[in-house]
Amino acid sequence: MLTLIIVIPLLAALFIALVLRDDRLVRLFALAVTIVEFGLAIVIFTVCIQGGDGYHLVEQHDWIKPLNIQYLLAVDGLSSPFVLLTGMLGMSACFVSFGIRSRVREYFVWLLVLLSAVMGVFVSLDFVLFFIFWELELLPMYMLIYIWGNGRKEYSAMKFLIFTFSGSAFMLIGLLILYFSTGTFDMRDLPEQIELAGKLLIPTSAVFLTFLVAFAVKLPVWPLHTWLPDAHTDAPTAVSVLLAGVLLKMGGYGLIRVCVAMFPESIRDHSGSLAMLAVVSILYGAIITLRQTDLKRLIAYSSVSHMGFVLLGISTIGSSSIGNSVIGVNGAAMQMFTHGTITGLLFIVVGSIYDRTHTRHIPDLGGLASRMPFIAIIFMIAGLASLGLPGLSGFVSELLVLIAVFSTWKIPAVLATTGIVLCAGYTLWMAQHVILGPERSRYAKLEGVKLNEVIPMAILTACIVVVGVYPSFLIDSFESAIIPMVNP
Amino acid sequence: MTLQDAYLLAPEMAIAGLALIVILLDLVFKDKRIIFAVAIFGLFVPVLLTWMLLGNVQACQDGVPDAFLVDLCSGGNLTAMFGTLVVDQFALFFKTLVLAIVLIVLLGSIDYIKRIHSLQGEFYALILLSALGAMLLPATTELVSIYISLELIALPLVALTTFLRDLRSSEAGMKFLVLGAISSALLLYGMALVLTYTGSTDLKVIASATSESKFGPETYALFLGVVLILAGFGFKVGFVPFQMWIPDVYEGAPTPVTAYLSVASKAAGFAIMVRVFLLVFGQYDLGWEILFMLLSTLSMFVGNFVAITQNNIKRMLAYSTIAQAGYMLIGIAVLTDPASNNQILGASSILFYLAGYAVTNLAAFFAVIVISNNTGSEEIDSLIGMGRRAPVISAILTISMLSLIGIPPTVGFMGKLYLFNAAIQTGLVWLVVIGVLNSVLSAYYYVRVIRKLYSPSADSIEKIRSSFPVRLAVGISGFGVVGLGILPGPVIDAAKISVKAVLVAL
Repeated sequence: MLTLIIVIPLLAALFIALVLRDDRLVRLFALAVTIVEFGLAIVIFTVCIQGGDGYHLVEQHDWIKPLNIQYLLAVDGLSSPFVLLTGMLGMSACFVSFGIRSRVREYFVWLLVLLSAVMGVFVSLDFVLFFIFWELELLPMYMLIYIWGNGRKEYSAMKFLIFTFSGSAFMLIGLLILYFSTGTFDMRDLPEQIELAGKLLIPTSAVFLTFLVAFAVKLPVWPLHTWLPDAHTDAPTAVSVLLAGVLLKMGGYGLIRVCVAMFPESIRDHSGSLAMLAVVSILYGAIITLRQTDLKRLIAYSSVSHMGFVLLGISTIGSSSIGNSVIGVNGAAMQMFTHGTITGLLFIVVGSIYDRTHTRHIPDLGGLASRMPFIAIIFMIAGLASLGLPGLSGFVSELLVLIAVFSTWKIPAVLATTGIVLCAGYTLWMAQHVILGPERSRYAKLEGVKLNEVIPMAILTACIVVVGVYPSFLIDSFESAIIPMVNP
Repeated sequence: MTLQDAYLLAPEMAIAGLALIVILLDLVFKDKRIIFAVAIFGLFVPVLLTWMLLGNVQACQDGVPDAFLVDLCSGGNLTAMFGTLVVDQFALFFKTLVLAIVLIVLLGSIDYIKRIHSLQGEFYALILLSALGAMLLPATTELVSIYISLELIALPLVALTTFLRDLRSSEAGMKFLVLGAISSALLLYGMALVLTYTGSTDLKVIASATSESKFGPETYALFLGVVLILAGFGFKVGFVPFQMWIPDVYEGAPTPVTAYLSVASKAAGFAIMVRVFLLVFGQYDLGWEILFMLLSTLSMFVGNFVAITQNNIKRMLAYSTIAQAGYMLIGIAVLTDPASNNQILGASSILFYLAGYAVTNLAAFFAVIVISNNTGSEEIDSLIGMGRRAPVISAILTISMLSLIGIPPTVGFMGKLYLFNAAIQTGLVWLVVIGVLNSVLSAYYYVRVIRKLYSPSADSIEKIRSSFPVRLAVGISGFGVVGLGILPGPVIDAAKISVKAVLVAL
């Protein structure tokens, strides 16, 4: 099952590259593949929920004997929601890619390879395998931004590549040091083995830092975030969706899976600094966002701010009460999931607006509510979810994080709450200038909304509402995996 | 030379014979395709002979040598020619590697050498003779044989370098010859010093005669000799500060020769370094670890930094080989750890890295050859739009660039993983940090190549043409890059067995 979810997109990419010639066929075929992926992801998620605690759908084979590397795939309560998220956003991205007109075959090849790599990251539990998928995602992303992007795409693509690759270089050192001390790459055994090994080759907190850097680049955490606004802004719509929706989550997932589970003491020691970094990310991100006039750039910077909440949630690991830490880390995981759906939706809406008006410059827009009511409504919902309106999913995650943080770090909690106020400010300002306001004559005739936009918007909106109203199915899933990590 | 010696040297004799046959046929036949076919199919003879020897080597190691080889088997090692050449798994590993390299080089050069039509027969023969040297070198355990093998590798290549007969090519040949002569002089001087001190050219005798030597006034000469020998090797494999001949020679030489030069002579050079180090030099307490860490760091930084600014792809790849030599020196630094486990790990990681590096570089060079045969240019900018015009070749060039950076799922990643793992096992964390930082640095210029391939082209959309053998060569090496990247296990095992065989001899 888990092998399938990785291999299907790869084989499909190969098939498109070698066999299919017709652009229309390529689109439909890729869409069919991503729908199958989404279906598989739902199955995996349900199996995992029904299975309860522990690892499910384990596939374990020896791979490279001399280094004790295994082909080890499994999901647990932490990874299965991200598999679901990846499946959902993968399909949505495929839908909104229908507008791509140049070099269609290549585009879908890279998109499917990217999907396969991200799925691989979430389901592999051998550290080398995890790392391989982590790196495999680099080239497709680079190509997607470089070829189909706009603006300063060469610069942005290279910046993305260099930042991420530097981060993963640190991770490589870290995982080799872990292997030296424990003799295993099995991520299920590593927490225990590291504790047994006691002293590592270099101080444990230094090893912890190598991983922290790798994941912080990806998340991204201030001051390692500078690649993100460039990459998001210049990438094509579908790629921005995947970048914001799932690629950033790889960083948060890694933080929880590796930094929290394997280095409980180091992360506790550093939790204060993490909280500070988180607050800086939240406030810095929010303040910069206030100054943006480009729609995509605005959402990109708001991602920095929102991802700060993930780090803030993780920093509650420093709390004296374990229950509190569980809530905080859970909130962080929830924040990742909800941010994936909300920002994914926002990027899709912005893509739709841009396709029609050919501008992302906010002062040039306005009065779109009457011209494109459906898109305007979805835009409003996504915006409100983003600023944390109760009943929508963003509220749940931010609430969880703030509850836990308030009883752990008082001042950061207060400052982070200011971030939410700023978020309300820029979101409402954006909505006001884009969809409300006086009607502009140049937008008198705009194309109506198309089916390939409606479907992903509807699915993501539904997801936002469902998680907002009934979040416990996700919370329970995350909790089943997080409790043993926080309280070993 | 007895019959048994001849038996053990059968692969080398076969390849020497093949070279002579090719030259003779060149005199007789006008149609060069016959020579090509003879050279290609003839190569399978030494390959089979090499694998045949594997059984004899194993038997000797198990203590039950085949009856007619009993005299040559001592201490688990088969030696030929009065103990100057040893036939063990280590030697056989490199023989196989060199033969594979030659096969790919010969296959891939068929289009290119139409430019030097009149010299086609000589081209094949000289490559084969150089390969003879490269096959002998990893097997040598005696200073004079080492010197002869090294020269046998280099001299045919000097001639080959000048084959284009233009200004660049001649200049490259001249540089290669002169600088090669200087390095040989250094090497010989070092060997002479060691010989005067120990009275023998046999590595084992040298090892036992100097095992008690400490660094001091009475051993200055000995250690000066050791360092000079090392410098001689440094020229051959091309690490900093002995790298200055590489860019000009690589750029000026015919590209297939560059491809061969960049992998075969480097492989043989590292092979002899590993052997000499394991047998002799490793026992001297000369602060090797620091020295090799320094050399490795310098090679990586110089190679990668200078490569960034290059516009000619051959020159860029030349600097990249300097950096790659730097990565492999990490393995040598690991070797300096006296624990035999670490020595096995360090040496086998060099062997595996070399094998991976060989397929990767061959894939890269021959993909470039295919493209430049059509465009007539070797500038990186001439790659623009090739993703369209030559999709498969571009895909393979992309994969080989990823492999040179060390991004999975390629052999370059596995090689680095294994190499860095070896370094971590010996506690060389800082060297690994420098290594990975250099990988990041190198990503910049390797990715630039990929970017050009897939940039939209303004002018021609004509498909790139190439003949079947060339596509086969690129295909085999490209397959090797991915295949070894996904299933590196067997080659790593073979490398480990090879290194153990060297250590047994101690």
